[in-house]
Amino acid sequence: MTIKFSLNGETVAVDTAPTVTLLDWLRENRGLTGTKEGCNEGDCGACTVMITDENGARALNACILFLPQLHGKSVRTVEGMSGPDGAMHPVQSAMVEKHGSQCGFCTPGFVVSMAVGHLNGRTDHDNVVAGNLCRCTGYAPIVRAAEAAEGADVPTWMTDEAPSVEALGYAPETADELATWYEAHPKGTLIAGATDVGLWVTKGLKDLGDVAFLNRCRDLQSISVGDDTINIGAGVTMATLLPLLRETHPSYAEMVRRYGSEQVRQAATIGGNVANGSPIGDNPPALIALKATMDLRKGDSRRTILVEDFFLEYGKQDRAPGEFVEGITIPKSAPNLRCYKISKRFDQDISAVCGCFDVTVAGGVVADVRVAFGGMAGTPMRAKNVEDALLGQPWTQATIEQAMAKFEQDFTPMSDMRASADYRLQTAQNMLQRYFLELSGESVSVLEVQP
Amino acid sequence: MSVSKPLPHDAAALHVTGQARYIDDLPLPKNALHLAFGTSAIARGTITSLDLDAVRTAEGVVAVLTAEDLPHHNDVSPSPSPEPLLSEGSVHFVGQPIFLVVAETHLLARKAAKLARIDYDEHPAILTIDQAMDAKSHFEDGPRIYQKGDAASAIENAAHKVHGVFEIGGQEHFYLEGQAAAALPQEGGDMVVHSSTQHPTEIQHKVAEALGVPMNAVRCEVRRMGGGFGGKESQGNHLAVSCAVAAALTGRPCSMRYDRDDDMIITGKRHDFRISYTVGFDDAGRIEGVDFLQLCRCGWSMDLSLPVADRAMLHADNAYNLPNIRIESHRLKTNTQSGTAFRGFGGPQGMVGIERVLDHVAHAVGRDPLEVRRDNYYRAMDSDGPVQTTPYHMPVEDFILHDMTDALVASSNYVARRAHIKDWNANNPILKKGIALTPVKFGISFTLTHLNQAGALVHVYQDGSIHMNHGGTEMGQGLFQKVAQVAAARFGVDVSRVKITATDTGKVPNTSATAASSGSDLNGMAVKAACDTIRARLADFVAERAGLDASEVRFEDGQVIVGTESHAFDAVIADAYMNRISLSATGFYKTPKIVWDRIKGTGRPFFYFAYGAAVTEVVIDTLTGENRILRADILHDAGASLNPALDIGQVEGGYVQGAGWLTTEELVWDDAGRLRTHAPSTYKIPACSDRPDIFNVALWDGENREDTIYRSKAVGEPPLMLGISALMALSDAVGACGEGYPALDAPATAETILMAVNRVSE
Repeated sequence: MTIKFSLNGETVAVDTAPTVTLLDWLRENRGLTGTKEGCNEGDCGACTVMITDENGARALNACILFLPQLHGKSVRTVEGMSGPDGAMHPVQSAMVEKHGSQCGFCTPGFVVSMAVGHLNGRTDHDNVVAGNLCRCTGYAPIVRAAEAAEGADVPTWMTDEAPSVEALGYAPETADELATWYEAHPKGTLIAGATDVGLWVTKGLKDLGDVAFLNRCRDLQSISVGDDTINIGAGVTMATLLPLLRETHPSYAEMVRRYGSEQVRQAATIGGNVANGSPIGDNPPALIALKATMDLRKGDSRRTILVEDFFLEYGKQDRAPGEFVEGITIPKSAPNLRCYKISKRFDQDISAVCGCFDVTVAGGVVADVRVAFGGMAGTPMRAKNVEDALLGQPWTQATIEQAMAKFEQDFTPMSDMRASADYRLQTAQNMLQRYFLELSGESVSVLEVQP
Repeated sequence: MSVSKPLPHDAAALHVTGQARYIDDLPLPKNALHLAFGTSAIARGTITSLDLDAVRTAEGVVAVLTAEDLPHHNDVSPSPSPEPLLSEGSVHFVGQPIFLVVAETHLLARKAAKLARIDYDEHPAILTIDQAMDAKSHFEDGPRIYQKGDAASAIENAAHKVHGVFEIGGQEHFYLEGQAAAALPQEGGDMVVHSSTQHPTEIQHKVAEALGVPMNAVRCEVRRMGGGFGGKESQGNHLAVSCAVAAALTGRPCSMRYDRDDDMIITGKRHDFRISYTVGFDDAGRIEGVDFLQLCRCGWSMDLSLPVADRAMLHADNAYNLPNIRIESHRLKTNTQSGTAFRGFGGPQGMVGIERVLDHVAHAVGRDPLEVRRDNYYRAMDSDGPVQTTPYHMPVEDFILHDMTDALVASSNYVARRAHIKDWNANNPILKKGIALTPVKFGISFTLTHLNQAGALVHVYQDGSIHMNHGGTEMGQGLFQKVAQVAAARFGVDVSRVKITATDTGKVPNTSATAASSGSDLNGMAVKAACDTIRARLADFVAERAGLDASEVRFEDGQVIVGTESHAFDAVIADAYMNRISLSATGFYKTPKIVWDRIKGTGRPFFYFAYGAAVTEVVIDTLTGENRILRADILHDAGASLNPALDIGQVEGGYVQGAGWLTTEELVWDDAGRLRTHAPSTYKIPACSDRPDIFNVALWDGENREDTIYRSKAVGEPPLMLGISALMALSDAVGACGEGYPALDAPATAETILMAVNRVSE
């Protein structure tokens, strides 16, 4: 099967095994060595490339991007950021003028992230380059360069037209096709954004066997907003979801802003983050607190369950072989939802603890409560004893203190490289305190403090 | 003149367009092979059986080598103590290379390396400082002790004393370009090695030993590294030697790079330390005596640990006059990755130790820590009174921190902000702010005195273009551009005329590592000497023709001016060539004045000191320990800067790297000695939004008191220690939560801070 895409303006056709990464192919087969391997797991951004399709241009990590994911799209590498006559892109010249490179190894990735941000009119530079690590500069001159390039026109060569393509056998075009494929290959691996599966290949050195790529299933990528609910297709990326969440669920949106990085959010899907079953994914606690439901499909049979019921135990979910997630439904409004993500670093870090709270207070009494956590157990789960201690009680500091003591009945967290068990338990307790104070109007986030 | 101009990095245009080549970007011949190590799964033991059949028969594997297959030396140590490239039957840390896979591709080599079946007789591993002390597992016989005055009596007789124990974590370099090398076999058994190394001569030396050939049969070249930070001073030896050995055995070019996880698991890191202190002081917090116990975890191999631990002792004073001091240093051998060079080379650990003491003393006497710091500063340069000496008895003749501190206090508005923070904290029950100013005094020179030498090779071609080469390596710091600016200044031409060329052991021999911040000091002087040799020949030539004295010839603005005549530089060069004037010269430099006895701890190990000071403001969340740097103001001393833009880049980057070391960068090993933080997913260097919201960096307007290249100062390492102000600001913020002393360990992760908040609030 031939994969076709545009590379720096030129259409290329590639016949290859499905799990060859774009990074390896660029460097080893095309001699395009400007795109660098820094970590080979999507955490440093040195391999950032620009991908354009009908949804616009975005930055992705080439190290965990398999070639079939590019079918029918356009790719620009750092070599394609300069014009055909060698003229520099405005972010390239700004990086030179502002001394934005030292060793230069991370620089191509930064340039691509910045050029994509520039093309999309972004000025939130810290977010645009949150997925690009630099060890030399301390970032200040890079941000100065991004600011200096803000007003410049987008060069004409940055506009790409993707080639029209035929369907690939292992990349279904619809959910129906996927359902048929997965029933026929129940042990196969589904690859959505590859932000996790990519590492099975680059780090686990695994042979994945049968694979299906989901990014061509357009009908899994829609968001429908109803009167009371929002249905999110499983293939919706976190980057696509973020602007909507900013309007409907700002605290959840702020957590998603820190989820992975720009490159990761542009690849990662909400369905993948749930279906993967990780106890430390950031969407599940928010979805559980929201009492979200998920639609599962196997062949033509469909069922809908609560997201919280999907997670059975560590490594085990309520999903039959050949069954996949079609969509997730959340309430349209949850004004009291707050999501707290604790990690060693604010941006692009996996949570040590992620706690999400949604409490409804009526007449000074807790009328409804949902508290859900990631990182506290083998699965994302609710803190039911804490909820019980809150429900029906007056919404007061005394109630909060009583409920805080219940966390140890709900959770026996583990110690690992991200945090100790004690820290996890104490911050979980303190998050409830924070939630109470935040709803009372107290300032509780260090991210909002000005110098 | 080209010197002192804020020119961009020489390769900036290549960096931003992706054209700059690193080792793995070099086009290799089609028949090139790729290497990977198979490594130890246990921390300590002996190998009882090594079954490599599955490795040998794996797809694409050409050869598999163990220690027995190596033709000559199995040693990649940079120190006198041997360090095997491949295990000789015993293993000493999780990740130690045991065998080498040679395969058709990088991926096939990595896959095959996982297929070995290895049985071990496992021995109890020595992982921690406590375990090493209990087992008396040391490098060197007994502890090193440096002292001045009588610390014990001074502490005993002081009005007040405090004691503390301070844990200081290590640090992963996280150079963005991982370790990499390639070797190309030549005729007659010669070898050309490309290596991402700070030390090409050591690569040449180790490769020659491994191949059993003289050094003249090996040439090592390095155009640039994608970051070094000390991590490529000795840690690249393994890859370069492996490539050379495999290339010699197969007759094919060989290339090797570590996958990031392998890089972090195999290579050395910054040493972690435990520093215990007892300090005696008066009512104002003036220190009368201090006793330090520095326990330094060196890992499994000696590597560079002795000079690292020495330098920690040499910075136990930082900016403070300590008349009575005793420093006892233990270099502990553990079954973990090697402790190796990392920007500051032990200096940061020693320095953060004394800064912790000052912070603790200030808390004890209830004064602003800045005032206590100032009261303990060394006497200012050129002030009344005898010159004070360091704990190693070196006179401090160039101390400028009084003036620098005054200037920074004013520019950062420290006093008003400190008062404002106090009010802010009173009104915020959950979030607390903190602020701190800390100084840096860092000694410049290799403490191994013979390393303080450098060579250069300069050619002027007959068209007037200049080719410059020296022993320094480029790792992003801008050394090549600064030295090119020196060369251009000597000839009075634009820097664009100077071609910067790859470091090459065939051009300049016997080089020292580009380390100890010495790059521009040493190589700038060596290039100056080479240029001046050629310049003198040119001056003699044109002066003789004009009937004038050579001293009347000037080189300016692309012209050679002799008396009233002015000739284009190109024309003079063309003429000189026609008149058979040699237009090529070597240059050599050795640092004057230095003398050092590392056993006694006396002498002048440093030519001079570089200074700096930083004010950092932070905010913490007392419910979770989450924290953020809000603002940093820095004033740094680069002497008369060779290039202020590049120097400010070193200061900004050094500060953020230093703050990262002391905050989010946490190395975690499990009880089996496995490093659990071996990728950027788990080891968190600062990201873009972690830099201070407000970040004001300025260079001190001064010049080096010593005769360095254009009176500049070294700037590579010192700014890292400006990051100590972030730790002390966090301590200040934690201190706002209660009466107790925060005693904040490093790295001050959110968890560490929350635990400290719990302690002081009790």
